[in-house]
Amino acid sequence: MTSIEAQGDKHRAERRAEAHADRHDDGHDHGSFKSCMTGFVLSVILTAIPFAVVMGGGFESRLLTVAVVVGLGIVQIVVHMIFFLHMNTRSDEGWTMMALIFTVVVVIIMLAGSLWVMFHLNTNMMPQMNHEALGLDS
Amino acid sequence: MAIPTEIPTTFLLGRLDWNAVPQDPIVWAAGVVVAIGGAAVLWMLHKHRLWGWLWREWFTSVDHKKIGIMYIVLALVMFVRGFADALMMRLQQVLAFNGSEGYLNAHHYDQVFTAHGVIMIFFVAMPFVTGLMNYLVPLQIGARDVSFPFLNNLSFWMTVGGAALTMMSLFVGEFAQTGWLAFPPLSGIGYSPYVGVDYYIWGLQIAGVGTTLSGINLLVTIVKMRAPGMTMMRMPIFTWTALCTNVLIVATFPVLTATLVLLTLDRYVGTNFFTNDLGGNAMMYVNLIWIWGHPEVYILILPLFGVYSEVVATFTGKRLFGYASMVYATVCITILSYLVWLHHFFTMGSGASVNSFFGITTMIISVPTGAKIFNWLFTMYRSRIRFELPMMWTIAFMLTFVIGGMTGVLLAVPPADFVLHNSLFLVAHFHNVIIGGVLFGLFAAINYWWPKAFGFRLDVFWGKVSFWFWVVGFWTAFAPLYILGLMGVTRRMRVFDDPGLQIWFGIAAFGAVLIAIGIGAMFVQFGVSIRRRDRLRDETGDPWDGRTLEWATSSPPPDYNFAFTPVSHGLDTWWDMKRHGQTRPKAPYRPIHMPRNTGSGVVIAGLATVCGFALVWYIWWLAVLSFAGLVIGAVLHTFDYARDYHIPAEDIRATEAVRDRQLAAHPLARGA
Repeated sequence: MTSIEAQGDKHRAERRAEAHADRHDDGHDHGSFKSCMTGFVLSVILTAIPFAVVMGGGFESRLLTVAVVVGLGIVQIVVHMIFFLHMNTRSDEGWTMMALIFTVVVVIIMLAGSLWVMFHLNTNMMPQMNHEALGLDS
Repeated sequence: MAIPTEIPTTFLLGRLDWNAVPQDPIVWAAGVVVAIGGAAVLWMLHKHRLWGWLWREWFTSVDHKKIGIMYIVLALVMFVRGFADALMMRLQQVLAFNGSEGYLNAHHYDQVFTAHGVIMIFFVAMPFVTGLMNYLVPLQIGARDVSFPFLNNLSFWMTVGGAALTMMSLFVGEFAQTGWLAFPPLSGIGYSPYVGVDYYIWGLQIAGVGTTLSGINLLVTIVKMRAPGMTMMRMPIFTWTALCTNVLIVATFPVLTATLVLLTLDRYVGTNFFTNDLGGNAMMYVNLIWIWGHPEVYILILPLFGVYSEVVATFTGKRLFGYASMVYATVCITILSYLVWLHHFFTMGSGASVNSFFGITTMIISVPTGAKIFNWLFTMYRSRIRFELPMMWTIAFMLTFVIGGMTGVLLAVPPADFVLHNSLFLVAHFHNVIIGGVLFGLFAAINYWWPKAFGFRLDVFWGKVSFWFWVVGFWTAFAPLYILGLMGVTRRMRVFDDPGLQIWFGIAAFGAVLIAIGIGAMFVQFGVSIRRRDRLRDETGDPWDGRTLEWATSSPPPDYNFAFTPVSHGLDTWWDMKRHGQTRPKAPYRPIHMPRNTGSGVVIAGLATVCGFALVWYIWWLAVLSFAGLVIGAVLHTFDYARDYHIPAEDIRATEAVRDRQLAAHPLARGA
């Protein structure tokens, strides 16, 4: 860790005056007790709601149940990123945010693209399989 | 699908027994050649007592320059193997006419074309490109090393491990007979019950760890370790393309890893992700692997676009035309490369709407690529071009690659693709862009940066011999494949019925021989240049009148690259310094903090390779032991605190004094 970190921080350290060499300020937000607790409480709430919904038998519409669970899951991801990973638009000169946006774009392309492509492939090429899956066989 | 149990398995050796040795005289002959060559190398190392030197100075080195060179040596060795496979295919296809079966049986031939593709992409092009980025990026941004020097060493050895496993399959067992992407259900356990596909999987997985780690490493290096003043828009264009390439590596290689893990589960524990029955869907594998596969080709080509940009700017003596547009084009290609993967399987049946979308995105991607070609042309326009070898390769690239690009756009039209899919036209197209784009760029890069790496230029005569045999050989070998493809000949065929086709395969085989001479001439060029190194010596460190920071330091650069971290005041930093008459900074030298060499990378990667071998052969106890060993090795390495040292100011003064004397002998040269 020491040497690796020393390597990574070398330029940064050189850029600064020697007096600041021992300060570990590299643009990261290390969070506070308050922000960690906020994140924790939010996470618990966001976990409890979908759990309660499913345990209680779910909504009338199955689609709505799924949408609520998945939607709260996505909110949960954002909470984790902000309160536990301390991501914001400023850290590392905006690189963290940029990397996040890029990742989200790529993941959406991959997931949405795969779903779209596979849906069409299944419809066109495996009609009997869809029937099985939908219970329409026989 | 159930795992067949016909193959006898013992506890001690798994599926490994004497039947694993291929019963094939061609393989035996290859084995004898490799054994003799290997013995000769070992004997030379022993005779000259080079083992200790090799271990201390190279294998355990964390210096990005040495690791870069080792990557390129690996790529050259594997290139010889991959090319041998190519020659075997050409010979087989020219012989197998008029009832002749040729000289390769189907089992062997299928392994040859699979191995050719896998080796050329994963163990030639990838290490070549990674080596180049490793060597150049820290120098171009004025850094002393990459961000994680040990990780760099580990990445290299993981790549070697994957390559070693792939090579081992030639003599122990077999390699996959599935084509280079191992589509199921053919690659499933039902149709490929023996070890070929397992070698493929573990070879790629082990090398893939190395590739991903080195991608992260270089990405962090470029983002975090640029010299003061070097903003993003002042980075050399090669560093920009390296940045985009590593973004692609980090974002896509996990997809390959995950896809291969699913295939592994299908083969080893009987899951049904990609099988024909029980709800499996082989089309999903094709979809996933091409989500990785298409960005992969841009991973290969982007750094070479950077190389061409550097070469054109240097040998025209002009600032690159449209630097900003070059950067934006590169970033556009990076994003667009995620939106085109379906063009690899237009014919699988996703229908008109899906095919149109991916056809159009594919055509759009040629726009930023075309912009790059025009930028290079406009840079060359009305300038005094120096036709040195790197520039010659660049022009050969522009002429060749444009044709390859246009056949690519042609294939992007779904109806045309329905005719040409899986034909030799496709084979000709991708060789046209990979040889004409990636390989020509790598040769330009070798000729351009060799003096930087070793302190002497490469011989021009043999370089020109290699150049002309390569360029003419390429067109002779692949133009017939375009024609054959248009006539409807499919790829991966072993025997042919129509005698009228033979002449074209004859011409292609002749072209392959020309390429072989070109490759031979390149090795002669290296040998001749090493022997005449005193006459080809460059002491200025800047033999081409370069523009970027790597030319500011000595050739070869000292361990610490730059005695004083350079400061960038604009694009083409070194050119800027030379024009403004900046003088070389002198004492007081201060000790420089450097990472220390370590053998951990070799040990961990070695254990990973053993683990891969054990998994291929179902030797479970060895797999568990070696995996535990590599985890323990990695943990123990974290307790190694003696990882850095300081180069004393005295040593730096001595090194820099030598450089001062060299520069004094060349009054026109400067140095930083």
